[in-house]
Amino acid sequence: MSDILDLEASILREIDAAADEAALETVRVAALGKQGSLSALLKTLGSLPPEDRKSYGAAVNETRDRVTSALSTRKSVLKAAALEARLKRETVDITLSGRTDPLTAGRIHPVSQVIDEITAIFADMGFSVAEGPDIETDHYNFTSLNFPADHPAREMHDTFFFNPKEDGSRLLLRTHTSPVQVRTMEAQKPPIRIIAPGRTYRCDSDATHTPMFHQVEGLVIDRTSHFGHLKWILEEFLKAFFEVDEVKTRFRPSFFPFTEPSMEVDVGCKRSGGEIRIGEGDDWLEILGCGMVHPNVIRAVGLDPDEFQGFAWGMGIDRIAMLKYGMPDLRAFFDADVRWLNHYGFRPLDLPSLFGGLSS
Amino acid sequence: MKFTLSWLKDHLDTEASLDDVVEALTMVGLEVESVSDPMAPLKPFRIARIVTADKHPNADKLKLLAVDAGDGNLVQVVCGAPNARAGLKGVFALPGVTIPVNGTVLEVGTIRGVESRGMMCSERELLLSDEHNGIIELPEDAPLGMSFADYRGGSDPVIDISITPNRPDCLGVRGVARDLAARGLGRLKADPLKPAVAKFASPTAIELRFDGDTSPCPVFAGRVVKGVKNGPSPQWLQDRLKAIGLRPINALVDITNYITYDRGRPLHVYDADKVTGPIHARLGKSGESLAALDGKTYAIDETMCVIADDSGVLGLGGVMGGETSGSSENTVNVLIESAYFDPNRTARTGRKLGLNSDARYRFERGIDPAFVVAGLELATQMVIDLCGGEASELVVAGKEPLRNLVIDFPLHEVKRLSGLTLSEGAITTTLEALGFGVQGLGETREVSVPSWRPDVHGKADLVEEVVRIAGLDQVKPTPLPRLASVGAKVLTPLQIRTRRAKRALATRGLVEAVTWSFVSEAQATAFGGGAAAVRLANPISADMSDMRPSLIPGLAAAVQRNVDRGLSNIAIFEVGQVFAGDRPQDQTIVATAVRQGTATIDGSGRHWSGNAKAVSVHDAKADAVALLEALGFDTSKAQITRNAPAWFHPGRSGTIQLGPQTVLGHFGELHPAVLEALKVDGPLVAMEITLDRIPVGKAKASKAKPALNLSAFMPVSRDFAFVVDDGVEAGKIVKAALGADKKLIADARVFDVYRGEHVEPGKKSLAIEVTLSPADKTLTDEDIETVSKAIVAAVAKATGAVLRG
Repeated sequence: MSDILDLEASILREIDAAADEAALETVRVAALGKQGSLSALLKTLGSLPPEDRKSYGAAVNETRDRVTSALSTRKSVLKAAALEARLKRETVDITLSGRTDPLTAGRIHPVSQVIDEITAIFADMGFSVAEGPDIETDHYNFTSLNFPADHPAREMHDTFFFNPKEDGSRLLLRTHTSPVQVRTMEAQKPPIRIIAPGRTYRCDSDATHTPMFHQVEGLVIDRTSHFGHLKWILEEFLKAFFEVDEVKTRFRPSFFPFTEPSMEVDVGCKRSGGEIRIGEGDDWLEILGCGMVHPNVIRAVGLDPDEFQGFAWGMGIDRIAMLKYGMPDLRAFFDADVRWLNHYGFRPLDLPSLFGGLSS
Repeated sequence: MKFTLSWLKDHLDTEASLDDVVEALTMVGLEVESVSDPMAPLKPFRIARIVTADKHPNADKLKLLAVDAGDGNLVQVVCGAPNARAGLKGVFALPGVTIPVNGTVLEVGTIRGVESRGMMCSERELLLSDEHNGIIELPEDAPLGMSFADYRGGSDPVIDISITPNRPDCLGVRGVARDLAARGLGRLKADPLKPAVAKFASPTAIELRFDGDTSPCPVFAGRVVKGVKNGPSPQWLQDRLKAIGLRPINALVDITNYITYDRGRPLHVYDADKVTGPIHARLGKSGESLAALDGKTYAIDETMCVIADDSGVLGLGGVMGGETSGSSENTVNVLIESAYFDPNRTARTGRKLGLNSDARYRFERGIDPAFVVAGLELATQMVIDLCGGEASELVVAGKEPLRNLVIDFPLHEVKRLSGLTLSEGAITTTLEALGFGVQGLGETREVSVPSWRPDVHGKADLVEEVVRIAGLDQVKPTPLPRLASVGAKVLTPLQIRTRRAKRALATRGLVEAVTWSFVSEAQATAFGGGAAAVRLANPISADMSDMRPSLIPGLAAAVQRNVDRGLSNIAIFEVGQVFAGDRPQDQTIVATAVRQGTATIDGSGRHWSGNAKAVSVHDAKADAVALLEALGFDTSKAQITRNAPAWFHPGRSGTIQLGPQTVLGHFGELHPAVLEALKVDGPLVAMEITLDRIPVGKAKASKAKPALNLSAFMPVSRDFAFVVDDGVEAGKIVKAALGADKKLIADARVFDVYRGEHVEPGKKSLAIEVTLSPADKTLTDEDIETVSKAIVAAVAKATGAVLRG
């Protein structure tokens, strides 16, 4: 019997000595395989006297169970060590940067963003977005808006013109978004509530003017809307747009050919060191022009100014973008310097809405 | 328009403070640009007397003064003025005072070793004139120690207001005073007309010489004043003119300038002895010219209204007089002109000649036609008061063009348009205070418009008058009623696309640019534009002359500007209008993306995990396809063809279309010759999609999506490698494979393209993976074999490809 115990001790030593799972498998085969040492012992059972067979067989089986158990235990240990070693081997330098993510690199221009903000606010008040062509007729840009024949705005130094056609008429680049008022009134029946953002053009280029800029027009036409409503809309808009709880406004009588009465609107602000804060302070900043639509304009689209009335306003999109987001120079808006666009632009998923906030 | 507070008070009886005046001006629509007090800097200067004037011990030209500034102490001052002498009374500055001429603060100084503790001032040092030959000498009765500002009449703030073009009546101080009086700031003083006593018949006849239509100058009044003595006008008049930035010239000219600003009534004075024959208004003749008072000579044509005598043109009506017939210090007999010139013609003449003047500014906005004679009487009175002389009879040619407009004004118009509730009395009182006549008693009044208000035409104008005087701040903000409880969709399909296109392209790592709507003629021509119809007649510069036919040239130029600034690998886009012609329907919205260098969607430049490759046509195509898909368009329905426009590389570009008539857009590398012409460093790829052309899906009754049928059976995939001629397009093979069994084949995609030693020259190997998706049973080997054969046969038939052995 001692040969069994000697063999067992020898196998267990080998199991303990196995450095990896492959070596352990070799030990297992050498012991328990068909040609293994323990299997060989079992094969000798037949040659033993019958009275010894039972006890010898039991002893071999016990040894085999212990060897199997030791193999299993050792295997777990070796597997864990191997995994440990693998994980260590697989460790990488996580300070290396990944490739630039397109969602991180992309930008939306402030003009697009601010148009979205304006649209979100006015859509909530029931306004649609109307559009018109950039290349306009004298009729839509001036005559239908009650500009007198000799108005200086009709001159070449203010307005971009195209060459005259054979019939003497000449097209122009719209100088304001107001032609959209007239086109809208011609195309649809009151009640009308629209805003019309878009590109506008004037022959002007200096530190604070560019030959192209963006305006947004607003128009309400129905049977009852009056100046009090206009005041409410503009005050609500300014609060929502500048994302402040209160704004002070000052409406001053002014003059535009296509509104009567006409007003300019100042908004209360605080100026300090080049920065302008809307909704604070005691200074005033002129921000837009507005008025009740002139009876001649209403008449020109075939409506009766004694029956229909309303108001319109216009303001510079680039300008209110600069006021809200602090760009110092209008000219940079159209220069496409990617450093400027990266800095002042908005991320692709910065989606302005009233429920999620205009800006984040 | 500038005036001083004391000048305003000539017309307005008021106790209002300067702040109240400024506030009221702004609130009635006369926006205050600035308020300044020219006397304020003179306040710290004192009237002082030189007690002794001795020679400076160390300098021949300097003197050592002892100055008494009124407090009894003698101050030692070093002074270089030749007229500095004992007993002289002048203007003295102590250390700490700011000297107006250079803004420096006076300090105690040491001049040639002697301490100087103040300064006796010249007129130039106080910015009173250019006089600097000596110090100011004041009369002996000037009170010692008094502030020089107070001595000069004290503070008189200058108010500068901007006048909107509809208010010519406020281009005179009296008009401003009338508005303020209506606002309740005081009482408009009476202004009785005092006609001069005519001593003789006018020696100069006045005529209108027009062929029937006298509208260029419907009325022309004048008179001669004999025996005047012209010279500098009195100090008060000079001070007022200086305060508003005018240079005093002589009394006669100063009077006309004064009345221009006081009443908005331009006048002209001629030296009557230099006028020959009747003075008359007529249209100019081409070839005539005028040497005007500004020292320049202007060519006259037959559209201009001129004033002339027998010798020729004396002046441009309503714009400027001539040099030769003007008044001078030697003028003894003066002819005063007061006329009315047509606003539009005056404006056109001034614009044509580039000639601005205070007269033109007022005539082109419309002066009060009823004040022609009264203005002449006023001028006559001032001439006689300041220069003496005797007046002739007043001569008037023509007739004042009065409108005599009466408006039927329902009083409720005020509430209808403004929302402001005002009493009948408040409305009529305001109108009357502004000079309107109000007749009748009922709801609708007859309102007559004063002659000085050419801007008032109808009811809405009257509402404006009433509301602006009452104060726009009186109108309460009124919520605009909602049209629906939940807002409806307000954007059109194109507007939705435009917004979504911007976001979609930005998520692809592109940066949105906004570039000019105009490009150079060369750029326009290179991109299919350049038509004369969309070329500006007056571009701001030659490189901004044509409306853009494509967004690519503007974006390519923007890329190059960035490259020139040392930046690289630029990826930018724009969604904006392009112009195929000058009609509204020629304007479409295009989304265009350009990528330069290695600016691929996965980043650019070198990277430890592998450097980015140069941008290729496939990057541009991916942008185009992604954009279309983001806009809800199924790109599998589009054709990709090779006929991209000439600005693309012919072999590395494509067109996305639904058919030859419906081209959605293009993508590709820019043509090397175009890049060279644009002076842009490549590689540069671009895609452009016309958003207007993408078909709009039909509105469906239900928003529900079609039912999803998922197969219960495993899909199977098989690979096929074909050898084909190199020119065969992959798309053809994929299409043929997909068509082999439309029910069973769910997908086919190219996973390898190989040219090289294992394939004979002129051929390529192209491998595709086909996915079979059975709907009703598990595929057997026989099924797979059958469909595989069909695929090989279909591809062979379509392209001549053979299965690679």
